[in-house]
Amino acid sequence: MAEREQIRKPAPAREDDEVAEAPAGSESGEKIKAELDDLLDEIDEVLESNAEDFVKSYIQKGGE
Amino acid sequence: MAIAKIVGIETEYGIVIRGTDESNPIAASSTLINAYLHATARDRAGASGRVDWDFEDESPGTDARGFDQADGSLAPEVETHLVNAVLTNGARYYVDHAHPELSTPECADALSVVRFDRAAELILRRSMAAATELLPPGQEIVVYKNNSDGKGNSYGCHENYLMDRTVPFGRIVAGITPHFMTRQIYCGAGKVGSEAPGLGVADVPFQLSQRADFFEEEIGLETTLKRPIVNTRDEPHADAQKYRRLHVIIGDANMSQLATFLKVGTTSIVLAMIEDDALDTDLRFATPVPTLRQISYDTTLSRTYLLADGRRISALEVQWNLLDAARTWAAERGLEVVGEEVGKEILTRWEEVLTDLEADPMRLADRLDWPAKLNLIERYRVRDGLEWGDPRLAALDLQYHDLREARSLAERVGLERLVDDDDATLAITEPPTDTRAYFRGVCLTRWPESIVAANWDSIVFDVGEDPLRRVPMMEPSRGTRAHVGSVLDRCSTPAELLEQLGS
Repeated sequence: MAEREQIRKPAPAREDDEVAEAPAGSESGEKIKAELDDLLDEIDEVLESNAEDFVKSYIQKGGE
Repeated sequence: MAIAKIVGIETEYGIVIRGTDESNPIAASSTLINAYLHATARDRAGASGRVDWDFEDESPGTDARGFDQADGSLAPEVETHLVNAVLTNGARYYVDHAHPELSTPECADALSVVRFDRAAELILRRSMAAATELLPPGQEIVVYKNNSDGKGNSYGCHENYLMDRTVPFGRIVAGITPHFMTRQIYCGAGKVGSEAPGLGVADVPFQLSQRADFFEEEIGLETTLKRPIVNTRDEPHADAQKYRRLHVIIGDANMSQLATFLKVGTTSIVLAMIEDDALDTDLRFATPVPTLRQISYDTTLSRTYLLADGRRISALEVQWNLLDAARTWAAERGLEVVGEEVGKEILTRWEEVLTDLEADPMRLADRLDWPAKLNLIERYRVRDGLEWGDPRLAALDLQYHDLREARSLAERVGLERLVDDDDATLAITEPPTDTRAYFRGVCLTRWPESIVAANWDSIVFDVGEDPLRRVPMMEPSRGTRAHVGSVLDRCSTPAELLEQLGS
């Protein structure tokens, strides 16, 4: 599990939507992207080996 | 007038058994739960040595609109007589249809629900490990916390909210339907493709919700077919003169803790506003069922939809309207009925997600399920140059919900946690202290051999020569530690307890 510091600006009031495009948001976006590249490599290691069979054989009865 | 929003959620999990050609999900679900009960009875840590559920007073065919569905048109229930246990944390763990299902204990606020929902995931994880020990080598039971198999079969994650009986049901329906239709923009769990008739992955590559494809009615009693946006099951599991339990079937099961927190938190607030008759904005949609799906199919959140009064509105605007009304209501009435501190946090996080969804939903890839899942799948798709119909993308979707720690993709995408696992681990065995689940859980922990059966609103004791004694618990906000903690501490036997309670 990736333990990460949460970077978050305080939620702006609605009227401040234009100001809401603050750098913090895109920095957070860049960070997510960089981590995702590593994450994709990590995920390759744990993925079910035959995606098609895996998806086909996942059959459930309806519930509730 | 608004009453304390005591809440619980029931989750049906997807289940597969690996390493064999035989597929019997009912047997697999029984094996899973029995393995957990045996393992915890052995360790004395969580199950009560096996106390069974008491079916006295169950009536899922009673309709909130005031009639009984006695004409046989309700789909037959087949849930009884299978494994059905009560846990020391106050939860119910059982086989429902062909799925393992866990109902959290009654919780006093949305954060407590998140805690017990995470405890449920950890219970399922322990169950998988215990079951695999019992199976022949090479076989494994795997559990998924999702709501669909991608082939048109759905199973639910239901919420339950305690409400004031005197509030007209029609007012609840009118007020809550727009919220149920639009809250999926932050609490949808995300899904590759569509299972609605005539639509496929070419029409809908990815949608917000697991469940929107399966809803066909605006209101009704059914849960297994012709599913309604507002379910009318009227089975309070409490004093029926004073309370109703709103049984909500439209939500997705969430891996994101913030999604669960907001799903339960915002709905608690909107329901409290309806009780106070403080929701005066009319946001009724012209055609709720098709609009519900259209909202789910628009990952840009930019479309607008026709209201019954002729205006057009986006899903985000509906949510902003509800948040504005909630702030006004909170300023006038306070937030005590949803928990003062938790209530403030709900309003803060609600505004935060709407702001980020409006700017760019992918900002929420570290907090909410559908943005996290879409971001992951889209990156994978681009890296490998895959078409949306590629089974590898559907496989990523499924594996996002795998509850095994070593396989779960949701565990790997860096989702914010509101409750840490040490705290959630305590909630595997210990009940909440601030609802009647406390009384149930403590009795089951201390005197499992003297309890014949238990359910939401009573416990049946066997203390020897006397006839069996049923202790009713018709008030969900009583039986708390503050209320009965000292009585429980004073008593060393269940006979003493019964004497003290005067029952």
